[in-house]
Amino acid sequence: MFPAKFDYVRADSAADVGRLLAEHDDAKLLAGGHSLIPILKLRLAAPATLIDIGRIPELKGVSVEGGALRIGALTTHAELASSDDIRRQAPALAEAAAQIGDPAVRNRGTIGGNVAHADPASDLPAVLTALGATFHMTGPDGSRAVPAESFFEGMMMTALQDNELLTAVEVPCQAEGQASAYSKLPHPASRYAVIGAAVRLTVAEGRCTEARVVLGGLTPIPTRALAVEQALTGKPLDDRTLQAASAATADGLGDDLLGDIYASAEYRKAVAHVYVRRALAAAAGRLA
Amino acid sequence: MKVQLTINGRRFDREVEPRQLLVHFLRDLGGLTGTKVGCDTSQCGACTVLLDGVAVKSCTCLTVQADGCQVTTVEGLSRDGKLHPLQEAFWNKHGLQCGYCTPGMILASHELLRTNPDPSEPEIRHALEGNMCRCTGYQNIVRSVKEAAKTMAGGSQ
Repeated sequence: MFPAKFDYVRADSAADVGRLLAEHDDAKLLAGGHSLIPILKLRLAAPATLIDIGRIPELKGVSVEGGALRIGALTTHAELASSDDIRRQAPALAEAAAQIGDPAVRNRGTIGGNVAHADPASDLPAVLTALGATFHMTGPDGSRAVPAESFFEGMMMTALQDNELLTAVEVPCQAEGQASAYSKLPHPASRYAVIGAAVRLTVAEGRCTEARVVLGGLTPIPTRALAVEQALTGKPLDDRTLQAASAATADGLGDDLLGDIYASAEYRKAVAHVYVRRALAAAAGRLA
Repeated sequence: MKVQLTINGRRFDREVEPRQLLVHFLRDLGGLTGTKVGCDTSQCGACTVLLDGVAVKSCTCLTVQADGCQVTTVEGLSRDGKLHPLQEAFWNKHGLQCGYCTPGMILASHELLRTNPDPSEPEIRHALEGNMCRCTGYQNIVRSVKEAAKTMAGGSQ
């Protein structure tokens, strides 16, 4: 399999991307290519031009600025998984990145490409939603920031416009009394998430003051399990509470659930609570 | 488009179509058929090569993305006619049957030992998750990687 013909241009800077996007109709941005190249090979997409953004220095690197992690869009999954800053400040993100695909895939795939592609079976959208991330993008009208909860609009659809470049992902640093975790059921061949559960818990004086519980893999976009969050809030995070809260996972997930030959929608709905419970237990364990 | 790649230390200047996949450059223009096309969907790992020293799946990389880079294929691992310890170990421990997955297995193992020189058995199995052997030879593949780690720790390479 190989892609249909396209023109190829390489951008040297974010400003260069803007210029090239304005010059080329029907162009797609290429970073690590681990979402885009498979689609091109299957000929599900045949853009006229690929703009390679993979070498732009300003889109690389992880830093801590003003209480938040700033993660360049070109940061690879391998870099997310091994970054000391991310492991310390957003453990669920490092944990999820380490479970994407396999080592060779993680060496090429990028956080920006991953979220811009917005595959429902991807790991990072649910994690970044649970962690309250913000996506930074630039376009002809300047820069803007969109919170994760409004960035993902539908299956493979996001707030990112065709003439915009995703430049960075901002993730709040873990606050005092906070912990996060990710648990998934991977597809045995592709390692995509059949079910992914991302949680961030905040406790004060022995009780949960805030819970963010987000599911991916079985829903078209990352979906907050509000019933689980409510069942945790105000309670001590003991086994009993975690058990009772995770039992509410299926409530509120709705009927628009994904299924395939490997795992039906009914099956995913029935076992999702297991992964929620595991993620909750891992996060609660980190707070103990 | 004109590209310049250094493959196993040898420089290749070629004109390629932007849509060409790196694995096809290696096999068809480089004549290096050690690298295999397996599933062609970045799952089986038969096409694994090192790009600037890091393992990648060459069926999911365009040649133009590798422009200016160093590529190492299985043919580039031996030194002065002497097999790399991983190649020796796969031979000694019978880490292959049909051999189709072997170049990818060896380069994925190379990546593992670069980042973790003394891996446990579970770590080896985890690191080779993206490489499939359809002869069910995983037991001996794991033994091969263990032996190579031991040899390499001994400082022979």
